[in-house]
Amino acid sequence: MADLSINCGGIKSPNPFWLASAPPSNSAYQNCKAFEQGWGGTVWKTIGEPVMNVFNRYGGLDYNGQKIFGLNNIELISDRPIETNFREIAETKKLWPDRAVVVSLMVESKRETWHEIVKRTLDTGCDGIELNYGCPHGMSERGMGAAVGQVPEYCKMITEWVTEVSTIPVLVKLTPNVSNIQLPARAAKAAGADGISLINTINSIIGINLDTFELKPNVGGLGGHGGYAGPAVKPIALHLLSQVALDKEVNLPISGIGGISNWRDALEFILLGASSVQVCTAVMHYGFRIVDDMIDGMSNWMDAKGITSLDQIRGKSLPRINDFGNFDLLNKTIARIDQQKCIHCNLCYIACEDTAHQCIDLTEVNGKSKTEVREMDCVGCALCSLVCPVDDCISMVRIDDGSASKTWNQLVNDFKERGEPLTWENLAKFQNQHGIEIH
Amino acid sequence: MKNLVTGLRTEEYEKNFAELHPPFTPGAAITEANRCLYCYDSPCMKACPTHIDISTFIKKISTKNLLGSARTIFESNWVPLTCAKACPVAVLCEGACVFNDKGEKPIEIGRLQRFAIDNYFSQNMLPLFHKASPNGKSVGIIGSGPAGLACGAELSLLGFDVTIYESNKIPGGLNTWGIAPYKLRREDSLKEVELVKSFGVKIETGVLVGTTVTIDDLLKKHSALFLGVGLGESPQLSVQGEELEGVIGALEFIEKVKSEKWHEVPVGKRVAVIGAGNTSIDAATEAKRLGAEEVYIIYRRSDVEMSAYRFEYDLAKKDGIVFYFLTSPKQVVGNSFVEGLECLKMKLEEPDSRGRRKPVSIPGSEFIIPVDMVIKAIGQDTKSAFLNSIPGLTLDNEGCVIVNTESYQTNNPKIFAGGDCINGGKEVVNAAYDGKRAAHGINKFLFPMSEGEN
Repeated sequence: MADLSINCGGIKSPNPFWLASAPPSNSAYQNCKAFEQGWGGTVWKTIGEPVMNVFNRYGGLDYNGQKIFGLNNIELISDRPIETNFREIAETKKLWPDRAVVVSLMVESKRETWHEIVKRTLDTGCDGIELNYGCPHGMSERGMGAAVGQVPEYCKMITEWVTEVSTIPVLVKLTPNVSNIQLPARAAKAAGADGISLINTINSIIGINLDTFELKPNVGGLGGHGGYAGPAVKPIALHLLSQVALDKEVNLPISGIGGISNWRDALEFILLGASSVQVCTAVMHYGFRIVDDMIDGMSNWMDAKGITSLDQIRGKSLPRINDFGNFDLLNKTIARIDQQKCIHCNLCYIACEDTAHQCIDLTEVNGKSKTEVREMDCVGCALCSLVCPVDDCISMVRIDDGSASKTWNQLVNDFKERGEPLTWENLAKFQNQHGIEIH
Repeated sequence: MKNLVTGLRTEEYEKNFAELHPPFTPGAAITEANRCLYCYDSPCMKACPTHIDISTFIKKISTKNLLGSARTIFESNWVPLTCAKACPVAVLCEGACVFNDKGEKPIEIGRLQRFAIDNYFSQNMLPLFHKASPNGKSVGIIGSGPAGLACGAELSLLGFDVTIYESNKIPGGLNTWGIAPYKLRREDSLKEVELVKSFGVKIETGVLVGTTVTIDDLLKKHSALFLGVGLGESPQLSVQGEELEGVIGALEFIEKVKSEKWHEVPVGKRVAVIGAGNTSIDAATEAKRLGAEEVYIIYRRSDVEMSAYRFEYDLAKKDGIVFYFLTSPKQVVGNSFVEGLECLKMKLEEPDSRGRRKPVSIPGSEFIIPVDMVIKAIGQDTKSAFLNSIPGLTLDNEGCVIVNTESYQTNNPKIFAGGDCINGGKEVVNAAYDGKRAAHGINKFLFPMSEGEN
């Protein structure tokens, strides 16, 4: 079996799967139960200022009968007395010495207050601290959470208050509700953070009740923005992860968060540079038991690929992230439909015909419909292959021989060198030269 | 008849005649609807004889637009509840579902259609369709089966004054009287009758055209007539003993069962059903479910040649029906009532030029099956005597009315026809399509400028 152990900024765990700081990691009972089932670590639900929750606090986004593609919440940080939390954290760590117990913190923006809570946290014997700069609702209105994460200066200031007294690793958890995630990440780095966690939840209104016109979740007729998580946010999280992972000014270990539901999702985060991954929504949907497949699936995948340690693949896909201007304009792919596999749903046809490039012909042969790509006209956009319900029925096939290659940046440069302006006519000449016809 | 079934307890009858395909719960319907791929120009729609836009009505179920779903269905078919429950979906829409090619379970289209239509009928039939203002023409329809109802509904919405003449006291034709109760109950068929009536269609029941009123009367009274008279009696077996008490036609038997007064239907303890079509299976399974101890199906060819659908054959076997293939009745044995059926073993000759293998009897192979009842299910004759009495009508060799395939007009320009009386006996869904198309044929005939190419 492959070695799944990781080290995220000095915080070690037997596997990369941590509970995110959220309702599932609220108590010793829950965290211990999760550890029993195999979770490698936990980020204890944020402790700090006194708060009180409303009753109705979650809203789900369902899609085509599938429950919880997205989950929105207006729950606050831990509403249990802080003494109880400290006691339970200490007990839990004592019981589970090999697992990562990270404590998420959030208090008002006063140096003494932060010093006080960090010291008390160190007393629990936990493995690390995570600073919650992401909570988008409830706490941000009180000047905490996302209110800090959205202002790099605050982020740096408060992180410094923590790192100057902490003797254990400090992770800074970032909010995605910013225009450039690299700025708060750099601030955290400058303040001496040991790692970055991302993403926290995204500002959202999850839905409206069409009978009552009330928001979801509905609190006595009122509702508001909450934090959005779950499978639907994964692509956003992956993008923000890559931005931080590629930022040489940051260069810190990352704990990836955002819509991770299984080992496949987790691997994508690791391939984009995450050291550990944190899970919340999938656990809230199905319980702690999902970690069994996460561990087993990742391990089997690694064994099958001959990978013995996650270090061998961490960040492996990062070098493939590049600018559009460097993509090869002459790398031609087109769609091909395997007529043997086609089930005649005609979804490829209608998608192409109505919304793409009108290059699939729909005819009838022996009483059954036949969809065929007019290869001359196909731009290789791949939409048909995405809507096709049959695996490997529509494949995107490369048809150029690789002898010609030209990126947009090179093309613009060529024009410049030849003293030609970038006009539609000049562009058409280049296209003609390479057999590209735009309809 | 001797040796009658003594009758079952009410709950046993209800269990035996419980629906084969129970309704979806709302949650299950939405789950199933979401499984639908929403194919474009879908194979299921093409396979439906009425071309219901199936993927669209299913999509509407998934968004809980059940009223819209019902509208989509009714736009193509005026008897969709009957079709949902009685159609051989395995060989029509569901048989064409792309999931079959994908190696997965096809969408349960019939049950989804029923879900949408059940919901519509449970909502007091909210008005769904706009009725054109009266156009001053009246049309008479003979027969209130699926063809007549569909024709009447369509004509009525087009602005015609429509009267349906029905010989039975309760309308609906075979939808009401001819479908096995574990598939469709009478009350379901009558819901569709009520819907058609709600458009303003008048139904005069207990009117036997040719006796109560004449065709001439109707031709004078109406601008056009539509014949949706279905088929007539079962043909004679032409064997000795056929007149004995306990020999009955399948349709007559099924009609008694459809009264749903189970304990009043006389059934022998041992029953032979002659013929192996879908009606034979209905009669056999109904006899069994009424309490018959032994039910046999007697068929002169083999299981390969029988016209019953595979799923009907499977149902009969599940009900414990015993099949005598390559067996032909020689005579019904008995003094005044049925005591047995003497049969001959048959063999099939080599295929003829049309590929059909003729059954021939094996001399000396006679044997007697002791039975108390014989049900004849060897097809139905057309109502040729009645049809021949109508001026200008031409019948084909099978006795079916010949119509123009586009307009459904007969050789008498004022008379149109559809359903079993033109095709010799197909599905409800075919009759529903004929009736609807014929309505447009009639409209075009009476208002030549009104209809487009369609």
